Amino acid sequence: MVEFNLPANSLVKEGKTFKAPASAKNVRRFKIYRYDPDSGQNPRLDTFEIDLAACGPMVLDALIKIKNEVDSTLTFRRSCREGICGSCAMNIDGTNTLACLKPIEDISGDVKIYPLPHMPVVKDLVPDLSVPYAQYASVEPWMKADTMPPPGAERRQSVQEREKLDGLWECILCFCCQTSCPSYWWNGDRYLGSAVLLQAYRWIADSRDEATGERLDALTDPFKLYRCHTILNCSRTCPKGLNPGSAIADIKRLIAERSL
Amino acid sequence: MTTMRSPLGRARGLGSAKEGLASFMALRVTAIALIPLCLWFVASVISLMGADYDTLREFLGSPVNATLFSLLILAGFYHGLLGLQEVIVDYVHAKPVQIVLLLLVKFLAASLSVFLVLSIVKLGFGV
Repeated sequence: MVEFNLPANSLVKEGKTFKAPASAKNVRRFKIYRYDPDSGQNPRLDTFEIDLAACGPMVLDALIKIKNEVDSTLTFRRSCREGICGSCAMNIDGTNTLACLKPIEDISGDVKIYPLPHMPVVKDLVPDLSVPYAQYASVEPWMKADTMPPPGAERRQSVQEREKLDGLWECILCFCCQTSCPSYWWNGDRYLGSAVLLQAYRWIADSRDEATGERLDALTDPFKLYRCHTILNCSRTCPKGLNPGSAIADIKRLIAERSL
Repeated sequence: MTTMRSPLGRARGLGSAKEGLASFMALRVTAIALIPLCLWFVASVISLMGADYDTLREFLGSPVNATLFSLLILAGFYHGLLGLQEVIVDYVHAKPVQIVLLLLVKFLAASLSVFLVLSIVKLGFGV
């Protein structure tokens, strides 16, 4: 059966509390998931009191402040700090999102931060995403065409054809949607997941690609595609405002269309 | 089992089963069919409220009523079967248990729907 309860060694214990300095004016508590596989101990929830008067506006600013000034062992991924690299995807205030795009003031009460759900944890807020990355590679996300492009020129596409890629190309592969999906939690070994299916559709929808049928063949599978039950957590959580649920519906529609 | 297989090898797995469309479509087609059938059924139950046994037999003796009722049962059980199968595949991961449960719900849906349709025929046409 699906495991609804955490195994004993994954239960999150109460952790340390780091008080704000006495001079702090505007204190917020950040409760952050900590896990160090080398310690052999259970994960814990550390509490950091942060003076927002001396901190940037986004959750990522607070994380960087904690790492610089309070606890340098806090581990998380970050790079561009402007929502384009997808590194700082994590579960903030109960929703998967990018720490760099999430304003602290949008959260009421304590700011609770966990790694992306249902992925193995490498350390603290760093999930092991090697399976979703491999699933992404498995849909062969590159242009496949037998027709050579015109000599010295690019492959052409009409304005209308190019518009079909809008809402798809913007995906930054942060896997917020993928790891918010209960179907992916229960069957992530066989279901490709929403981010990977959106990326697969990005190539199916590309008028320059000549492997559409082959791509649809590869997805026509009770697990790879049809584990999607339109729960739509994916579309609700996407920090880029994309709609993976709609892309998956489009794949299902095309598979139905070609048998009619 | 510990596996040293690469993540890509695991992601590709056994490849595509090249199926899934039929049950996906059947679930939706039966759902649409059940909308008018359920409306008809509710209207019929209301119109038959307080009716005696003979009136019910007369009602089911009409081929149109018997057909609609049979279709309701067949579509309803098929829809329920497809839905239950999805739930079992989603949540029950031990293969032997999964296969037994899948066979069990198929058997139950088939036998109950046949039993109910035959009951309609017996009631309506007095065979």
